[in-house]
Amino acid sequence: MHSDTIAALSSGALPSGVAVVRVSGPDASGALTRLCGGVPPERRASLRTFRDAAGAVIDRGIAIFFPGPATVTGEDIAEFHLHGGPAVVTACLQAITAAVGTRLAEAGEFTRRSFENGRVDLTEAEGLGDLIAAETEGQHRAAVLQAGGALRILYEGWMARLTQARAHLEASFDFSDEGDVSEDVADTVRDEVAEIVAEIRAHLARADRGEILRSGYKVAIVGAPNAGKSSLLNALADREVAIVTEVPGTTRDVIEATLDLSGIPVRFSDTAGIRETSDRVEAIGVERAREVMAKADLVLALVDPQQGHGPLARFTELLSHVKHPMMLAADASLEDLAEGTARGRRRILTVRTKADQPAPSGLTARFGNEWTDFRFDFTVSAKTGAGLDTLTQRIAELAAAAAGVDGGGEVAIPLRTRQRDLVTETLHVLEEFIGNSALPAEVGAETLRRASDTLGRLTGKVGVEDLLDVIFSQFCIGK
Amino acid sequence: MTATRAPSPVPAAMPARADVVVVGGGHAGCEAASAAARAGANTVLVTHRFDTIGAMSCNPAIGGIGKGHLVREIDALGGLMGLAADRGGIQFRMLNRSKGPAVWGPRTQADRKLYRAAMQGLIRETEGLTVVEGDVFDLKLDASGAVSGIVFADGRSIACRAVVLTTGTFLGGLIHIGDRQIPAGRMGEDPSLGLSGTLRRLGLSLGRLKTGTPARLDGRTIDWASLDSQKPDEEPVPFSFLTDRIDNPQIDCGITRTTPETHAIIRDNLARSALYSGKIEGVGPRYCPSIEDKIVKFGDRDGHQIFLEPEGLDDDTVYPNGLSTSLPEEVQDAFLRSIPGLEKVAILKPGYAIEYDHVDPRELDRALAVRKAPGLFLAGQINGTTGYEEAGAQGLVAGLNAARLAGGSEPVVLGRADAYIGVMIDDLTRTGVTEPYRMFTSRAEFRLSLRADNADRRLTPLATELGIVSADRAERFSRAEAAFLAARAALEAAKLTPSEAGRHGIAVNQDGRRRSAWQLLAQSAIEPDRLVAVFPELAAIDEKTFARARIEAGYDVYLDRQKKDQERLRKDEAREIPVDLDYTGIPGLSNELRQKLTARRPGNVAEAERIDGMTPAALALVLLAIRRSSLADAA
Repeated sequence: MHSDTIAALSSGALPSGVAVVRVSGPDASGALTRLCGGVPPERRASLRTFRDAAGAVIDRGIAIFFPGPATVTGEDIAEFHLHGGPAVVTACLQAITAAVGTRLAEAGEFTRRSFENGRVDLTEAEGLGDLIAAETEGQHRAAVLQAGGALRILYEGWMARLTQARAHLEASFDFSDEGDVSEDVADTVRDEVAEIVAEIRAHLARADRGEILRSGYKVAIVGAPNAGKSSLLNALADREVAIVTEVPGTTRDVIEATLDLSGIPVRFSDTAGIRETSDRVEAIGVERAREVMAKADLVLALVDPQQGHGPLARFTELLSHVKHPMMLAADASLEDLAEGTARGRRRILTVRTKADQPAPSGLTARFGNEWTDFRFDFTVSAKTGAGLDTLTQRIAELAAAAAGVDGGGEVAIPLRTRQRDLVTETLHVLEEFIGNSALPAEVGAETLRRASDTLGRLTGKVGVEDLLDVIFSQFCIGK
Repeated sequence: MTATRAPSPVPAAMPARADVVVVGGGHAGCEAASAAARAGANTVLVTHRFDTIGAMSCNPAIGGIGKGHLVREIDALGGLMGLAADRGGIQFRMLNRSKGPAVWGPRTQADRKLYRAAMQGLIRETEGLTVVEGDVFDLKLDASGAVSGIVFADGRSIACRAVVLTTGTFLGGLIHIGDRQIPAGRMGEDPSLGLSGTLRRLGLSLGRLKTGTPARLDGRTIDWASLDSQKPDEEPVPFSFLTDRIDNPQIDCGITRTTPETHAIIRDNLARSALYSGKIEGVGPRYCPSIEDKIVKFGDRDGHQIFLEPEGLDDDTVYPNGLSTSLPEEVQDAFLRSIPGLEKVAILKPGYAIEYDHVDPRELDRALAVRKAPGLFLAGQINGTTGYEEAGAQGLVAGLNAARLAGGSEPVVLGRADAYIGVMIDDLTRTGVTEPYRMFTSRAEFRLSLRADNADRRLTPLATELGIVSADRAERFSRAEAAFLAARAALEAAKLTPSEAGRHGIAVNQDGRRRSAWQLLAQSAIEPDRLVAVFPELAAIDEKTFARARIEAGYDVYLDRQKKDQERLRKDEAREIPVDLDYTGIPGLSNELRQKLTARRPGNVAEAERIDGMTPAALALVLLAIRRSSLADAA
């Protein structure tokens, strides 16, 4: 029985009407608990809301739990039946594989487990394997090769440097009795790995930008009831000719509008439609706003000072749900933004609405534990249109920066989920290495071996002989 | 056949039959013969001369980084090398002592005479083992192609069920000194010419390798006073689990360096080096280059370090480690005299390069049995390895399995997850060699668990089960193991809070979490005395066990992942793939993988998994094919 849990889309190509994501292994029930808040009754199709780790709703669909061993793989199995859009499926897989020990399945792994646990008949498994093998052999490595060579050069470059660093570390163990080998390589190796880590992070951030070009820069408009959210969205939409869509959300009670700002699709989400008539419903409003904010690249926090301190307190309460709030001054530099992107922080701009009405003075608000004077980044009036240009321009700049089209920098290459998974895993292992300076050198070396094996699944494996090649070409070994 | 020399134990009448015949009395041969005899086989060891048993043909040292692991594993399996090294060792040093215990490398310089005497003594004491002097010329095969005996050059023969060939560099051996060439095995000994032909006739693929050795110097002509020296460890750590302490006096080695003048002399005479005049076809090891190689490849260095290693306590011969060469004798003389301390040095024996035939180890399975010739086992340099330790380790596995074959038992295979020996044999039989193979710790992916300090815990239980260790060793091991387990339990049971720890002067994070003494041992350089002061019950743990517990506790927290991977690997290694599996008949497999699998013929699932380009899907198909073929066999 395997100790890790695997997950994969087990229905056909996307988009499709319904997609089935299947999870097999000891964490199958854990995945159900994470996404649905609990394990549904065994072998019963149950309607559930699927949420990611931040609590944001991914979709609403059917969840089923099949306890092992009487399952197709012989292990516990969880199934999630979702709407068959790529974004939804990706989000679902990401939420499932967020747990340690749960990962995306390699092609054919379900079949292998079924077979190993004696759950499939030979002919049946051969038929399945035939299909899978024909379709996927070496597929992700091929995908890397096909991406115009750019990714391959990038990954192989990291691998070469990682191999170099490992060779120096290994030489300090295996050839420490040689005059030519330096004993103290820890700092050099750490520095080199730190550089690779920085590059991988930047690469993943650029990949995020690729994602933005593809699916839009997401802006959440949040605020207390009657803060003017709908009015702002309508005003923005009215002023821009290039409205792409305006559809009421089917499952989320969120209004979305996609505008084309300087060539970048910008998706505004508004929590309008929630009517705050009782405390309970208001709580739901907060919850919804939180979900939208968790997914957004940018949060516009709207405040109508006319409403006084009550709504403002609720609004600041909203902000406190943001994981890593980074208050951005309206003139924050693009470098600050890049930094924010790399760390996955949400950016928040505070906007005072209804500027056509007089503002009371001396407003304060609570951020975290600190009381500060409250200054708004922007002041707008949906009624008169005052301040809208400045706000729109700033959003366009931020979207352009996030999409990486501002400075003519490296073109972002969208990554396949599988590639992203392996690159991210490599990054995590390397971070584990540089993050723990107390790690004994020989334990660190095993961590780097693991990173190399992971990256090697994209570039081809680098083995001991490759390390020895580096060592013998750079050091005079031999007593 | 030559006459028997005293004090050889060779009986007056050579046995006409045996279970196992081991050919060659080097490091592989001794371990093979001993292992076969310990495993219960009636064993004959054939060597040219009894008095060369236990000879060290190259540098006078045992162990080192990675190699020390092998010696400890040989010892844990009841072998001889560790015991002989403890009796012959004159400069014990634990290499890499400043690093983690996983990469510690026990090593000792050895007094050649003491080592040889120790090894000959151990061979003599071995029950069920007969030594015969002679020159083996050919193998006898029965009608089915299986080995049935050996034939001597003088026509006599011994019938047997299994043969272990450990002929070292004697197969097609050719010595080069400058432009002189001498067919030979070791310097001054005859090459084995007949067996090269035998192996070719069996259809085995052969390769050619080379290795070299430096000149031997007269220690009385070295200006020791002007040189730096390398000291032995103050407390020598023995190799063998059975050795309580080292009694030999411990000596220093001299350290010097080559000079620009040395380099100029070598450069000017490169054309006269056998290596650079194109006379040598064999491939040499990159980690043990000749001084010519070093000057050509790393000429920018201002000097190369040389260790002057005395060959014995009462022997003036000195081995200048780092100066292996195939230059003519007069050039060797000139460059040696350009080295500080060696200005007046006299050469006792010139350095030389030797080329020899080896068998492509991919012809072997992991029991070190030749696939094409049932009953034939190969071990040591004949398999393309270098080093006494590598040879001895293979000898033990080959001898053990030869005995098991003769006795009708299943072969015993060590895996990569179990031992450095397993790593080595897997590397050899799976990927073959492109240069003489030497062990490095970087070759072992489970380096954190496969340590020199726990070789006995990893392997002695298995060896006991196989019946190849003495009752004394088995008894002492089980006592030590019981002591360790009790210590571990006591250390884990002894718990204290951070504030209690603080009161006793033990620094830990004040995080409110209770820690066991086991955890404390892992986290800090805490002295056993201090723990005993807090927990008096720990006073029962002896010093050795405490040291062992500290190492285990230190790695414990990092080993979870490795343990899982080891388990998986063991399972996959145990799943054998039939040699005749028809990969072309497996539907769904890509052509590329079909070809690779057909060419490499992986012996088990773990080997198949490591073939480049292998996917889980393809592996699942191979598994299905195995199941199908075993069902067909059963039917």
